[in-house]
Amino acid sequence: MQNNNNKLINKVTQSDYKYGFYTDIETDKAPKGLTEDTIRFIWEKKNEPDFMLDFRLKAFRHWQKMKEPTWAHIQYNPIDYQDIIYYAAPRKKPQYENMNQVDPELLETFNKLGIPLEEQKQLAGVAVDAVMDSTSVTTTYKKALSEKGIIFSSFSEALQNHPELLQKYMATVVPYTDNFFAALNSAVFSDGSFVYIPKGVRCPIELSTYFRINAANTGQFERTLIVAEEGSYVSYLEGCTAPMRSENQLHAAIVEIVAHKNAEVKYSTVQNWWPGDKKGKGGVFNFVTKRGICKEDNAKISWTQVETGSAITWKYPSLILKGNNTTGEFFSVAVTNNMQQADTGTKMIHSGKNSRSTIISKGISAGKSNNSYRGLVKMSKEATNSRNYSQCDSLLLGNKSGAHTFPYIDVQNKSSIVEHEATTSKISEDQLFYCLQRGIDVENAIGLIVNGYAKDVLNKLPMEFAVEAQKLLSVSLERSIG
Amino acid sequence: MTELNHNNNSLKHDVFKNILVGLYEKNHDKIIGNSSVIIQKLRQKAFEHFKQNGFPDKKMESWRFTNPEPLFRDDYHIDFESKFRKIDVSKIFTCDVYDLDTYCITLINGWFAYQNSPLSRLKDGTVIGSLYKAMEIYPDIVEKYLGSVAKINEQGLVSLNTAFMQDGLFIYVPDNVKVEKPVQVINIVDSDKPVFIQPRNLIITGKNSNLTLVHCDHSLTHNISFTNTVSEVVLHENAFIDHYKVQNKGRNSALLTSLFFLQEKNSILANNVITLNGGFTRNQVDLSLTDENCTADLNGLYLMDRNQHVDNQVFVDHAASNSRSNQLYKGILDDQASGVFYGKVLVGRNSQNTKAFQNNKNILLTDETKINTQPFLEIYADDVKCSHGATVGQLDTDALFYMRSRGICERTAKQMLMYAFAGEVVKKISIEPLRDNITKLVEKRLKGELSICDQCILNCSSREPRFIQNILD
Amino acid sequence: MLTIKNLSVSVEGKLILKGLNLEVKEGEVHAIMGPNGSGKSTLASVISGRNYLTIEQGEVTYMGKNLLEIPPEVRSKEGIFLGFQYPVEIPGVSITNFMRTAINEKRKHLELKPLSGAEFLKLMEEKQKILKIQSKLTNRSVNEGFSGGEKKKNEIFQMALLEPKLAILDETDSGLDIDALKVVANGVNLLRRKDNATVVITHYQRLLDYVIPDFVHVLFDGMIVKSGGKELALELEEKGYNWIKESLKKT
Ligand SMILES: Nc1ncnc2c1ncn2[C@@H]1O[C@H](COP(=O)(O)OP(=O)(O)O)[C@@H](O)[C@H]1O
Ligand SMILES: [Mg+2]
Repeated sequence: MQNNNNKLINKVTQSDYKYGFYTDIETDKAPKGLTEDTIRFIWEKKNEPDFMLDFRLKAFRHWQKMKEPTWAHIQYNPIDYQDIIYYAAPRKKPQYENMNQVDPELLETFNKLGIPLEEQKQLAGVAVDAVMDSTSVTTTYKKALSEKGIIFSSFSEALQNHPELLQKYMATVVPYTDNFFAALNSAVFSDGSFVYIPKGVRCPIELSTYFRINAANTGQFERTLIVAEEGSYVSYLEGCTAPMRSENQLHAAIVEIVAHKNAEVKYSTVQNWWPGDKKGKGGVFNFVTKRGICKEDNAKISWTQVETGSAITWKYPSLILKGNNTTGEFFSVAVTNNMQQADTGTKMIHSGKNSRSTIISKGISAGKSNNSYRGLVKMSKEATNSRNYSQCDSLLLGNKSGAHTFPYIDVQNKSSIVEHEATTSKISEDQLFYCLQRGIDVENAIGLIVNGYAKDVLNKLPMEFAVEAQKLLSVSLERSIG
Repeated sequence: MTELNHNNNSLKHDVFKNILVGLYEKNHDKIIGNSSVIIQKLRQKAFEHFKQNGFPDKKMESWRFTNPEPLFRDDYHIDFESKFRKIDVSKIFTCDVYDLDTYCITLINGWFAYQNSPLSRLKDGTVIGSLYKAMEIYPDIVEKYLGSVAKINEQGLVSLNTAFMQDGLFIYVPDNVKVEKPVQVINIVDSDKPVFIQPRNLIITGKNSNLTLVHCDHSLTHNISFTNTVSEVVLHENAFIDHYKVQNKGRNSALLTSLFFLQEKNSILANNVITLNGGFTRNQVDLSLTDENCTADLNGLYLMDRNQHVDNQVFVDHAASNSRSNQLYKGILDDQASGVFYGKVLVGRNSQNTKAFQNNKNILLTDETKINTQPFLEIYADDVKCSHGATVGQLDTDALFYMRSRGICERTAKQMLMYAFAGEVVKKISIEPLRDNITKLVEKRLKGELSICDQCILNCSSREPRFIQNILD
Repeated sequence: MLTIKNLSVSVEGKLILKGLNLEVKEGEVHAIMGPNGSGKSTLASVISGRNYLTIEQGEVTYMGKNLLEIPPEVRSKEGIFLGFQYPVEIPGVSITNFMRTAINEKRKHLELKPLSGAEFLKLMEEKQKILKIQSKLTNRSVNEGFSGGEKKKNEIFQMALLEPKLAILDETDSGLDIDALKVVANGVNLLRRKDNATVVITHYQRLLDYVIPDFVHVLFDGMIVKSGGKELALELEEKGYNWIKESLKKT
């Protein structure tokens, strides 16, 4: 029975990455390698304000003094930072009034990605900012949003149009000194998204960005900044894909969220970067720093992530609960298969009174992959009457994968309550058998069971995303389970 | 002023390391004593390792929240020759757990103290006594096992102990022997000067054997001491060990213990670490389940107050299939006390059908206390049932109100709840008289009546009892 | 014995009791009825001294003293007993230890000698016999793993041990089968004396067949809107709470 299942699981996991195509668009690239000149090149290309050059150079000089972190439970060949192209933009710089003017080939790419820009525009009411190789291609729905005073644009545009806002908020949550990859991103980032929700405004639609690495030997370094003023609300979606390539591609992004008094921000990610082939060749190295701050009272931020891609994932979307009565949430499903390695989790830093945080993490490891949850919950002395509840479960498929749990709990006051629970087990033979007995084949049964297992998290995703995420889970497990 | 005073951390480490390296080199001949060539090689290798790597520091994952630096001084005294060979221990000390019917052994400042003989052979063939003496009389056994379980070349403190080891407890239980009475070991520190003590214990239990071992750590004075103990315990096939550690040390004592267990097929270990007092306590339990069908129950209880610090490090290596381990560590921290729990369960690729559970629960009584808990699971086999949990909180307020509404005053109600909290661990003690004794000690401790002065001839208790009330069990 | 005047109480900013008046004299049994959420348990909480409540206005006197200033354990020692609607589980604390501590604290308060272990066990047995409680409670933890009925019986058992002056039983009859209900009713009746009083908070008329109240009050939306004799309970049972609502609208 078990052997049979394992065989089937293996068979299922052999199917292919369906997002791994490559688009032939002429690109405008920086020369390979990283020096102060590269940074000046990027700065000039992007025609940025002066303060940006200063910021980038400071970050670069700091980065040069730093060492790549080694504490995560991941292994990879050293990255040659001089062998990467730090800037690659589609040459036909798109400035479209409407979708019909968009390069048809690009549109085709998005369609292959399953992002029907137009359809979404008309039907789902999702405003999309698509970032390809670090440059924002197009933003839909801008007009409807701007009437409410909402700014949703590429980072570069925002630097032109709202430099004062960026200067005020950029790098206040993730300073360039934060870590090796954050410093690198701060030095070389080429584009990203900027969202600003004015006081009291509820953003009427989901805002969405798709990231895609296209050109060879390119790194993608994008930066997202979301600012929610007092009493505002926004739900933001991020999706990622990359073509199949035999070499590794580096992705080092930064996301910063600032939630003011009574504001609420929901940030959802479906990450499906190319994970490399079955032997572990190629794939995206995903080193991402995401952090939000509930700056004032009653603010709320939630992170929801479905992580199925990347050869290596190093990512800890974190929250600083600074205001009183603030709420932080982290919901995560991470699937690893074949040779993938994920070290992901969160940090909940409580310093406001009565602050609340919830962590639900579901790890699924298949093939020869390793999947680690790593999370910190800290209750400072000031964070009286605060609470955290964490539930971190791991599911093992096949006997060659690893599932690890590394929680760090640090409590410094007597009135806070922290509870952490975790379980690790393999997929239930009983459940599988039950499905088989009812005539469901193993492939579907596993998809079914895993989706059920991850339901608590999938339910947190906005509708449009949940369906896609469910499909993605089954597909990645096709690639992964036995 | 003798605490090392340097701003630079690594410098402080180096200075202290160099002091010890110097002491080792200077007293080399005395340290070697009667050790055989093989033991000497082991010692030398460990010394080289220590010399190269020195003391652990805060940069190491398992030392992030426990800073050993305050223990680094330049005025520690080390006895390279025992002063206590032949004394009547009962004249200076009685242990609270003492009225058990046990084979009782005392180590004073790490040296075996005896009235008649340093090494006894019981009728059933069991050997109990001084490691120093065992090196002389049973060199084969000592050479075979000493250094085989402890990670002597991985951890600075273990290397250091191995370099300096001279005496300690030696127990050898032959195959098929069930040692009739528990063996009780009392470690006493008694010195009018700051002392540095490094006992080394070696315990071997043969196939189908059975041993109960109670280890008590005490201080007799408030003087500064630094104890760095390493114990190696081997459980051969089907052996059973019931092991207890009861620690009640003074505020100026630093007690660092490293307990290494190696379990063979079908063996069963119950290990209980109960820390009632101690200025600086760090207990490392390192367990290797090397073969199938082993069972290990690891329990811990720590009750700290004032500015005491306790750190429990529990590492369980499931290196074979069909084994089971269960950890339950609970602690109550009061005043400015701080605590660390680091538990790691490693389940190897071939360790199918493993069951491993890990639980750490803490209660903080003031806003000045601190706890860091890290219950880690690292799992490479799929057919496993593993879980862990950690909680930090305070006493249940609903239960408190319920009790108060029945007329029980808040203080008593709190104590009863604390006692119930601790009781979950105490309940696991399987020797009844020992359980009763420890129950009483824990109760006394939670009522604030137990200080190390209870056993101390000087009886200069600094802290008044907090509250005295009878609790019926 | 107990006088409540114009009592208003809020929880987390929400007003729950809105100017409630109640007078309980020695020897009386009062029944308080009312729909869910009307504030019955809140009233019980005020009398027993829970601290999550905010007293907005009004006074509560017990035996001539301002009750609101007295900590909960002293209230208990002075004779107030609350049978909880949801008795909390206290793992690791045995009933024996728990109740002996409670009784001896009370005895200390009354300047009596504490009971020895043996005396106390005898007392427990005695009370258990009187109440016809068969289950072996003694070596179990307080309420831990008890069924709903066992928890309620345990409340009555504790009441019998503590012999209160004023007992407030918050829905002690809910969810009981007829046998358990008899145990509860029996306990209440056994404890009835000229110098003590009982307030039963209940949803149903059923209990009142066994425990005959002198007064019945209807608590509605934080106020006592109607009081009467035991026949009011029957009327309520028949016509339901809507009837009260309707009659309130009319006035
Ligand atoms: N701890 C609490 N926190 C907030 N609201 C509460 C709390 N306890 C009770 N309430 C609210 O107070 C109101 C009255 O509750 P309660 O006194 O329990 O009613 P009853 O016992 O009559 O059913 C309800 O609306 C309830 O939701
Ligand atoms: Mg109620």
